[in-house]
Amino acid sequence: MKAFFLTAAVTTFVITLLIIYTLVNDAWGFFVNVPKDALWSLGWFPRREFFDIKTLIMGSLMVTGIAMLIAVPIGLGSAIYLSEFARPKVRKILKPVVEILSGIPSVVLGYFAISFINPNLIVRFFDGANKAFNIAAAGVAVGILTIPIITSVAEDALRAVPNALREASFGLGARRVATTFRVVFPAGISGVVAALILGMSRAIGETMVVAIAAGAVGGGLFSLDPFQPGQTMTAAMAALGFGSDQVAGSGLAFQSLYFIGFVLFVITFLLNLVGDRLVRRVREEY
Amino acid sequence: MALSSPEKYGAKSAATVTERLSSGKRHLGDSVVEIGLLAALMSALLILLVLILSVLENAWPILSTRFGDFLSSGLDASDAANAGVWQAMRGTLTMAIIVSLVAFPLGVACAVYLEEYAGKSLLARLTRINVRNLAGVPSIVYGILGLAVFVKFAGGFTGGRTVIAGGLTLSVLVLPIVIITASEALRAVPRSIREGALGVGATQWETIRSHVLPAAAPGILTGTVLSLSRAAGEAAPLLLVGGVTGLLTTGNQGLWEQITQGGFTSMPVAIFSYARQTGADFREVTGAASLVLLVLVVLINAIAILLRNRFEKRW
Repeated sequence: MKAFFLTAAVTTFVITLLIIYTLVNDAWGFFVNVPKDALWSLGWFPRREFFDIKTLIMGSLMVTGIAMLIAVPIGLGSAIYLSEFARPKVRKILKPVVEILSGIPSVVLGYFAISFINPNLIVRFFDGANKAFNIAAAGVAVGILTIPIITSVAEDALRAVPNALREASFGLGARRVATTFRVVFPAGISGVVAALILGMSRAIGETMVVAIAAGAVGGGLFSLDPFQPGQTMTAAMAALGFGSDQVAGSGLAFQSLYFIGFVLFVITFLLNLVGDRLVRRVREEY
Repeated sequence: MALSSPEKYGAKSAATVTERLSSGKRHLGDSVVEIGLLAALMSALLILLVLILSVLENAWPILSTRFGDFLSSGLDASDAANAGVWQAMRGTLTMAIIVSLVAFPLGVACAVYLEEYAGKSLLARLTRINVRNLAGVPSIVYGILGLAVFVKFAGGFTGGRTVIAGGLTLSVLVLPIVIITASEALRAVPRSIREGALGVGATQWETIRSHVLPAAAPGILTGTVLSLSRAAGEAAPLLLVGGVTGLLTTGNQGLWEQITQGGFTSMPVAIFSYARQTGADFREVTGAASLVLLVLVVLINAIAILLRNRFEKRW
C-alpha cells in the first residue's frame, strides 16, 4: 500500500516539473524566434508582432499597486481588530463573514467592477476616467479579492504571538493600543510581511477580474494612466488563449503566451517562496 | 495570572483590567485607533453586502420574470431575451464530477503518504514545500499546463479541447488544496487512536483504513467540498483549454457528444462571455448568471460547514 501512496506524492512533483518544462521549453522557443526589438516597442499587439513585455508588467504592477492600496488597510486593520480587540463572540461571527469574501468567484468580482465600481466610484470621483473599462476599477476589485488572504495570514501571525508578551506589557501599565502596536505587532512582523507578500502574489496572478474590467483585450499601447484601459500579463494570456486575437493555435503570437506565463510563474514563485519562509519563521519562533 | 488572555478570560475582563489600571479613564487616542480598526473590518463587510445587493439588483429583471426559463435556456450571444445558462450549468456539473473522481482520491492518497508513512523524511519535506508552492501558482498557469498536457499531449485520450481536458485541468488546480486540507485533518487525529490499533496487532494499512481515515473523514470531506467550490468558480484555466467563449450556441448536444466532441463551457466562462457582450440587456443576463454562480458556490460552502459541524469530533 505504501507504494500506492508514494506514487500519489510523486505526482505532485510530476505536476511541478511539467509546468516548468512546458513554460521553459516554449518560452525559450519564443525568445529565440522573436525579433529582439519587438520585445521593446510601443505596446503589446501580438497580432502585429509588437511584444513589449514592459507594457504588461507595468499593467500588472498598476493593478497590484491599486489592489494593495485597498487591501492592505482593510485587510491588516481587520486582522488586528479580530486578533487583539474583538471579543470571542464577535470574532466568531465576523470572521466567517470575511472568509465568505474569499469564496466569491473572480468572474463575479469582474462583473461587479464594470457594473458597480467603475460607474459609482471611479468615473464619479476621477475626471476623464474611461467610462467602460479601466485599470483602476480592475485594481479595486482585485483588492477586494486580496483582503481575505491578507486578513487570514496576518491574523494567524498575530494570534501566534504568545500571551506572555501581552501580559508583560499590560503588567508594565501599557494600554491595549500600545501593547498591540509596540509589542504584538513587532513580534508578529514577519507573519504580517508574509501576508502582504502572499496577497501581492495573488493580486499579480488574478486573471478574470482584469480580463473583464481592464479592457484592452486585443492589445494596448504602453501607458501609465490607471484611468484608461490597460493590459496585464494575466489578461494578455487569457486573450491569447481564447483567441479574441485570432491567433489561437500556432505562430509566434501564440508562443508569446508561454513567454508571459514563464515571467508570471517566476515572479509569483519567488514571492510565494519568500512569503512561505516568513510564515514558518513565526511558527518556529514561538 | 493571564488576565489578558482572550481565550481564558475574555477580552472583556482584559478591558476591565486596562480600565482599572488607567484609573477608570478611557483614552481618546486609544478609542480612535480602536474605532479605526473596527471601521476596516466593517468596510470589508460593507463591500460584501454591496456586492450581493448590486448583483441582485442587476439580476432582478430576469429573476422576477423568467428565472426558470433562464436556467433551462441555452447560451445565446445575439438575443438577450432568450439567453440562459443551461449548458454552462451542465458543464460545471460534469467538471465537478471529474474533479471529485480525480483530485479527491489522488489528493487524499498524497496526504495519507505525507502524514502516515513519510514522517520527517527528506522526500516528505520536499513534497510539503512543493505542494505549498503549487497552491500559490496563478490559475492561468494551470491553463497553460492543461493546454500542453491534456489538450495537446494526451489529446488522443481526452479528445482535445473537451470537457474532459477542462475537468482534468481543474483537478490539477485544486489538488494542492485537497492535499493541504486532508493533511490537516489527518494530523488532528490523536496518536492514541493509531497506537490502540497497532497495539492489538493491526498492520499499518489496517490502522489507516479502519481507524485513521474514518476519524479524519469529516475534516477531509469539508476540505474536499471547499475545493469543489473553488473549481466551480474558476474560469481562467478553462479559457486556455477550450472553454467556449465566442460561439455561445455550442454545447447543445447530448451529454456524451459533449464529452467526446468538445465545445464545452461552464458557469464562470459563460459569465465572462456575457460580460463581454455590450448592451443593458446583457448586463441583466450577466447579473442573473453571476447570481446563479454565487448561490451555487455559497451552497457548496454551506454544505461543507454543515458537514463539519455535524461530524466534528473533539478529542
